[in-house]
Amino acid sequence: MTPIEKVEGRAIPFGLKNVDTDVIIPAKWLKTISREGLGRGAFETLRADPDNLFDNPEFAGAPILIAGDNFGCGSSREHAAWALGDLGIRVVIAPSYSDIFSGNAVKNGILPVVLPQSAIDRLMEVAATDPIHVDLDTQTVTTPFQDRFRFDIDPFRKMCLLNGLDEISLTEKSEAAIAAHEKKMATDQPWLIPATL
Amino acid sequence: MTRSRTLYEKIWDAHVVEQRPDGTCLIFIDRHLVHEVTSPQAFAGLRASGRTVRRPDLTLAVPDHNLPTTPRRDASGNRLPIADAESAAQLAALETNAPAFGIRYIDAVAPEQGIVHVVGPEQGFSLPGTTIVCGDSHTACHGGIGALAFGIGTSEVEHVLATQTLLLQPAKTMEVCVEGEVGPGVTAKDIILHITGVIGAAGGTGHVIEYTGSAIRALSVEGRLTVSNMAIEGGARAGLIAPDDVTFEYLKGRPYAPKGADWDAAVAYWTSLATDRGATYDKTVVIDAADIAPSVTWGTSPEDVVPITGTVPDPASFADPSKQAAAAKSLAYMGLEPGTRMQDVQVENIFIGSCTNSRIEDLRAAAAVLKGRHKAAGVKWAIVVPGSGLVKAQAEAEGLDRIFTDAGLEWREPGCSACLGMNPDKVPAGERCASTSNRNFVGRQGPGSRTHLVSPAMAAAAAVTGRLTDVRELID
Ligand code: SF4
Repeated sequence: MTPIEKVEGRAIPFGLKNVDTDVIIPAKWLKTISREGLGRGAFETLRADPDNLFDNPEFAGAPILIAGDNFGCGSSREHAAWALGDLGIRVVIAPSYSDIFSGNAVKNGILPVVLPQSAIDRLMEVAATDPIHVDLDTQTVTTPFQDRFRFDIDPFRKMCLLNGLDEISLTEKSEAAIAAHEKKMATDQPWLIPATL
Repeated sequence: MTRSRTLYEKIWDAHVVEQRPDGTCLIFIDRHLVHEVTSPQAFAGLRASGRTVRRPDLTLAVPDHNLPTTPRRDASGNRLPIADAESAAQLAALETNAPAFGIRYIDAVAPEQGIVHVVGPEQGFSLPGTTIVCGDSHTACHGGIGALAFGIGTSEVEHVLATQTLLLQPAKTMEVCVEGEVGPGVTAKDIILHITGVIGAAGGTGHVIEYTGSAIRALSVEGRLTVSNMAIEGGARAGLIAPDDVTFEYLKGRPYAPKGADWDAAVAYWTSLATDRGATYDKTVVIDAADIAPSVTWGTSPEDVVPITGTVPDPASFADPSKQAAAAKSLAYMGLEPGTRMQDVQVENIFIGSCTNSRIEDLRAAAAVLKGRHKAAGVKWAIVVPGSGLVKAQAEAEGLDRIFTDAGLEWREPGCSACLGMNPDKVPAGERCASTSNRNFVGRQGPGSRTHLVSPAMAAAAAVTGRLTDVRELID
């Protein structure tokens, strides 16, 4: 996983509310058995409109996406995070996310920044013409016009993103605790282990 | 003295393996359900890192999303190939990965095959008080029997396969209390559609919702699974309904359910899980069951709910400007005008199925409306897709399949079908579908499809009249 610390560049002023994962990546793209190449399907329905933001040369390669409330709602498909990553997005900025989406984003090295609607409105304005700067270490989003917005992030997620850490290796450090839980389960509630049919 | 706790808190506490200083917990997962869509990349990840599945005995795999719902064997009993190459590749990947990693696997032609969320409770694999995950957001469904169940993404699938745990932040708790008795023609589906309309698609974000109240307790397990299934449509991470005698009666004797003395121990434990008197929720919403009518969605968010007797709303009637814009967009997509009576909306397609509404009780409700009637001429495509092979067999034993086919509906093989546009069952662009599934998102049932979410009885009523219909007009 590529670590994230500072991301600077154009931000796509998307801003739409309740964008579900079917919009981010339609179901027909879920049929892959690999993680790559999904950027082509990202926002496919919206990109049918020739004036869409995603194919606007102004925002080609933009690493930041600004969205509205409840971004990534709907299906739990992680393909949504893969598709955004494949599109080159490293940071999403929105007032709120679905829980599943923000978890998937972090696991795939995408930073989900939460900022209030007023900050989003201002960033949408700036993004139309100018770059935006996101600094995970200092937890700030800044613009060339002295705007400075601080955001909160779960410290564990921050550490994973800053170091590009894979969660499975981290969890494997807790082997003793997991084994102890399993032992207790087998002794106290043996019926929890399904029979072999 | 122990603190008063909610059902959610009790299940959570019993599964904490380790707590991190920031409050994040490593949670043990009792049951992992696997299907073909969200697992190939996880198995590939395990292979790439040389890892194995830690607890294959707690894992159950079954294909559902991609399977066509047309017959799976030819006349001489040979399995028919899957025409779509990508679907075939996903299905083949699961068929190879499950035995390779030693996982319990129900194959595409097994009598127990079905939608993963129908199969789990039906097999007694899903149990009250357990933590259940699956790479599918409707895992919340299993909350209907009192399991803490939620959808995860593929990275988490890989994490659970490798470690049988997940790193989670405790959720906030929300109570949705539905008190009173529902009127005739009002089903579990109408209850959850109504709730979603009231709390909104983001109303439960960050919360686990416990559904309480006399109207919830009065539901069968099938109905409770329907309610909890759509917890995610209200933005919640999971739904829960306290396990009670109705739950125990449903589970007793199922293949993977505890037996003998184990059963008694399990029931005693499950009974102890109910929310303590005096425990508090972070948020409570109270709904009067008498306010719930047979319901239908008009837009492209599951919160876009009106009673069937209602009209398409005017986007200007919403206070929130961004909802106004979203509603206007929804109406353009749906091809609807504000003020149109919902009952005047013509439908060309009927879908009865999905993990929300494909259990035996759902099929009985639809059959009760369709018995002795025929679908309207304007209905071009109407399919009934049982949730599992066992539901299918039960329905056939009761003669429900004949009622459907006599009424001009097609009787299919179990699977996700037209719930999502992933297999051959799709709603054509620009056409409407009265659908018993859970999502009315843009393109969900196929590119350009227009979905109206309804109960099985309401879908059956729409099949009969060719328009969205108040089922109460067709029942005594
Ligand atoms: S029926 Fe629909 S919601 Fe349920 S598991 Fe299948 S695709 Fe998901």
